[in-house]
Amino acid sequence: MTTDTGGVGEILEAPLVIEYPFNRTTGPVIGAFLTGLREQRVLGIRGADGRVVCPPTEYDPQTGEPLTEMVEVGTEGVVTSWSTVTTPRDGQPLPGHHTLALVRLDGADTAMLHVVDGHVATGDRVRIRWADERQGLITDIAAFEPIRGGA
Amino acid sequence: MAPTRDVAIVSFAQTTHRRAVPELNEVELIQPVIREALDAIGATISDIGFTCSGSSDYLAGQAFSFVMTLDAVGAYPPIQESHVEMDGAWALYEAWLKIQSGHADTALVYGYSKASPGDLPRVLSRQLDPYYYGPLWPDSVALAGLQARAMIDAGIIDEAEMAAIAHRSREAARGNPHAQLQGSAPIDELLAAPYLAEPLRRHDCAPITDGGAAVVLAAGDRAREWSKRPAWIRGIDHRIDSHNFGARDLTTSPSTELAAQKAGVAGGPVDVAELHAPFTHQEKILTAALGLSDDTVINPSGGALAANPMMGAGLIRLGEVFKRIESGEANRGVAHATSGHLLQQNLVAVLEGER
Repeated sequence: MTTDTGGVGEILEAPLVIEYPFNRTTGPVIGAFLTGLREQRVLGIRGADGRVVCPPTEYDPQTGEPLTEMVEVGTEGVVTSWSTVTTPRDGQPLPGHHTLALVRLDGADTAMLHVVDGHVATGDRVRIRWADERQGLITDIAAFEPIRGGA
Repeated sequence: MAPTRDVAIVSFAQTTHRRAVPELNEVELIQPVIREALDAIGATISDIGFTCSGSSDYLAGQAFSFVMTLDAVGAYPPIQESHVEMDGAWALYEAWLKIQSGHADTALVYGYSKASPGDLPRVLSRQLDPYYYGPLWPDSVALAGLQARAMIDAGIIDEAEMAAIAHRSREAARGNPHAQLQGSAPIDELLAAPYLAEPLRRHDCAPITDGGAAVVLAAGDRAREWSKRPAWIRGIDHRIDSHNFGARDLTTSPSTELAAQKAGVAGGPVDVAELHAPFTHQEKILTAALGLSDDTVINPSGGALAANPMMGAGLIRLGEVFKRIESGEANRGVAHATSGHLLQQNLVAVLEGER
């Protein structure tokens, strides 16, 4: 590959990798959700209008008022939108061609972002595939997998 | 917010945008642009009351990178300056507020970045929340694909209309000497290309760009001295939607709609609109949210699909509308800038010439 160097000739380069490791305090809502994942349970939170927000937020997405009532939702759900990842990048949950999707879990009224191992379309049902070792992170959900043969 | 002082854009300059500018650092990249914007009105930095820039340390790869870039301004003797970790359009908003508050009469605004040193779609994943979205490292193109898919599912757009937006934008860019991408293959050829992140093909995505832009603002008579036809900022507002995009309707942009209402877009005919839509389908969301009619010329510069320097592409939209008002080609125009994934945050400005 040739690079346009603006007529300057050879450009000298050196690699630079920046990482900032942190341990962040997750608080009573996000913390409860992540702790639930460790136990293979998924929690949402009831919004001001009664709808269940999952993953849960500390504040109502519309009104901004503080929320407190945690609600357990299902580990299966429906794909509400999807896109394909053809060339996965470092850090992404799956190494090969996969689907990035928004999934509305049963009992929830909002969608969560995650990956699906396989091809799906909007309206398809998927279920959580848990990671073998769970640490209280969103990646405790290793991926979603399609539920074939109808639900 | 309704202005209390008449403030106008009086000068605009931008880089000739390229995929990568390895031979220049950020200071060298933006300095000639700042010089051009000041020279065009016969001003020097001593004529400027306030300087405000937009850039990102995540893209520059170093902390407080904007301080280094002040070398491009020549900040001696000391100047009053500020910075936003955002597109230069938001730096313009801060400068406009500074002038509204009476603390300055003139302002220099610039926004710039080099995206080429890193992997931009991956860097942009760091804009996401650190608990639910960030740890999945979703790239910006696949995320935009979720939005395009939602629009297709809702029957709002289809892939052919998306390709037509790409085609129209890049054909328009033939008249823009600063554009990175000029001209387009025919629509049927575009649609035969493979997906990058289904339903998006390469033509649906803005290019990755190294570049920047600079704008000069002035109040009242100073604006009339510096420009034969200033573009008066009749209204400007910015609003944000939830970062939790799984909980919002991705096919609409309530924040753009609200910003448009506050900026007064509907108060008169819109001759020209420059919309910051890094993906084809987003132009359709914005056109609807701004309430634009078929009479409005959209993105005559080619828009972000023709050149998309991060932290500069929004400011360029304001500059492109200014150019058309200054030349007399348009009398009233709308400029839009966006920030974040999936049109999360949006700024709308109404610019107008004097009859």
